[in-house]
Amino acid sequence: MNPFLLDSELPADPNSAEAQQNAYTLGPIQAGPACCEPTPLISVEALSLSYAGKPALSDISLDIYQGCITALIGPSGCGKTSFLSALNRLTDLIPGCRVSGRIHYKSRDIHATGQDVQGLRRDIGMIFQKPTPFPLSIRRNIELPLREHGMRHAADLEQRVQQVLQDVGLWAEVKDRLDAPAQALSGGQQQRLCIARALALQPKVLLMDEPCSALDPLSSGVVEDLIQSLRGRYTVVIVTHNLAQARRIANYAGFFWVGEQAGCLVEFGRCRQIFETPRHELTAAYVNGARG
Amino acid sequence: MTLSPRNTLSLSRADRQLAAVLRLCALLAVVVVLLILLFLFGESWPILSHVPVWRFLSDDSWHPGQALYDMSPMLTATVLSSAGALLLAVPLGIASALFSSYYASPGLAAVYRRLIELLAGIPSVVYGFWGLTTLAPLLGQWHPPGVSLLSATLVLALMVLPTVALTAEAALLAVPQHYYRCAAALGLSRWSSLVGVVLPAARTGIIAGALLAAARAIGETMAVLMVAGNVVQMPHSLFDSVRTLTANIALEMAYAMGDHRAALFVSGLALMVLVLALVGLADAYKGQAAHD
Repeated sequence: MNPFLLDSELPADPNSAEAQQNAYTLGPIQAGPACCEPTPLISVEALSLSYAGKPALSDISLDIYQGCITALIGPSGCGKTSFLSALNRLTDLIPGCRVSGRIHYKSRDIHATGQDVQGLRRDIGMIFQKPTPFPLSIRRNIELPLREHGMRHAADLEQRVQQVLQDVGLWAEVKDRLDAPAQALSGGQQQRLCIARALALQPKVLLMDEPCSALDPLSSGVVEDLIQSLRGRYTVVIVTHNLAQARRIANYAGFFWVGEQAGCLVEFGRCRQIFETPRHELTAAYVNGARG
Repeated sequence: MTLSPRNTLSLSRADRQLAAVLRLCALLAVVVVLLILLFLFGESWPILSHVPVWRFLSDDSWHPGQALYDMSPMLTATVLSSAGALLLAVPLGIASALFSSYYASPGLAAVYRRLIELLAGIPSVVYGFWGLTTLAPLLGQWHPPGVSLLSATLVLALMVLPTVALTAEAALLAVPQHYYRCAAALGLSRWSSLVGVVLPAARTGIIAGALLAAARAIGETMAVLMVAGNVVQMPHSLFDSVRTLTANIALEMAYAMGDHRAALFVSGLALMVLVLALVGLADAYKGQAAHD
């Protein structure tokens, strides 16, 4: 048995009415458990982070709940992106970056020695602000990480490529030019390809660093719908400067602010509560547009 | 309205003067190249006017005194030694660039880079000395005579290695850091990130560097003259002595007269055409890569 295949990956009939639709349609994303059963998937305790001795984040504690969309909001420079990078240890790539505190995922500290970092990043994928298709064909973009993680059979690869492209609603647009360079796609298509590439690895968590901010409003809407549709099956943590967007899509929200020296978490809770009845006056000022 | 410096900027007097000087410099460079070509044609005309071009490849031997002008052994030696040198230097150069930009610690990389730059600065005659006194005798013990196609190839490889290494490193540095981060976020190991993403992204620059190195190898005279053995013969193995086109010109120019002298200019013209073809190839490739 191929460990990569899910029941939902039974070969789709390319002539079905669904596949014929040309408009943006989401593929058959498997329905997940109902969201907002507050089961913590990642627990962050007293996380602090510094770059070359200069503190960037201090004492962050929060839980990321399984199957939910958690939005991180706050002004630029308050460490939201650093926080995201710490969750899948991309901070390792930055020279001089030191992380302290604990991040529990699957009941172990991901910064512990002996952690399988490649496996962790496979489980916790990341989407960046700037769409970054590799300078390869559309197909190779998705196949490259799959091959790295041990998927070899051409039929499996083919099927997974189609599956994830349907999941992000890109299949109808690119099925005739899978071997064309990915960088010829439009910005919104590129970002959806990046999401498809991350989904192909069947991660548990997707970290998204302002995934819509480099896109035009129309593409941004498409990507936002896509993120909505990931709820339940995936756990999503999204950094966004678009407060309306956070309000529309998130179940939980965390508000970051630049503290005395470093970024800190001012308030964390259900999205509605953060936007409608914030406990902290800084939060109230920020979400109402009075500050920040 | 199209935007051009002419209608968006009004040039100041100093700008206009600078533009005139720059135009003159550019013109000078073009004129010099054209004059050299013209000069080569002019000097080789006495023989080209009464000896058909194909005879330079199909005569029985190279005996200009007896009006036999077969250059094919020397052309073969030039092409084989340069191609062999590239075959060795390109993989090594890329490996060297990968080492200094992705594997070595910053301190080690700085020292290593200085060493490579030093290697690039060694005069070719010094490489020739080393080849003549150390490499050729060593090869001679293994398979006489030692001065051979193999020794010429090895010395050339060593000479063009820094060119390949430095241009490849520049090409790697020009690849956005973002690609590497993105590849790491997909759980790719360092090696697969480099091979799968970074090298394809740097491909154009690396190939341009390799063609530059090829032009250098074809044109190299002194070092090859010292280690190749200089026997005019079609090589049948790596251990045969050969004479390259460049070495032939250097060896015979001092006493060549009349048609012999003109024949040497024809070989110079052949070298020029070879290098121009390489440059053309590089341009065509770049143009194609830009459309990818």
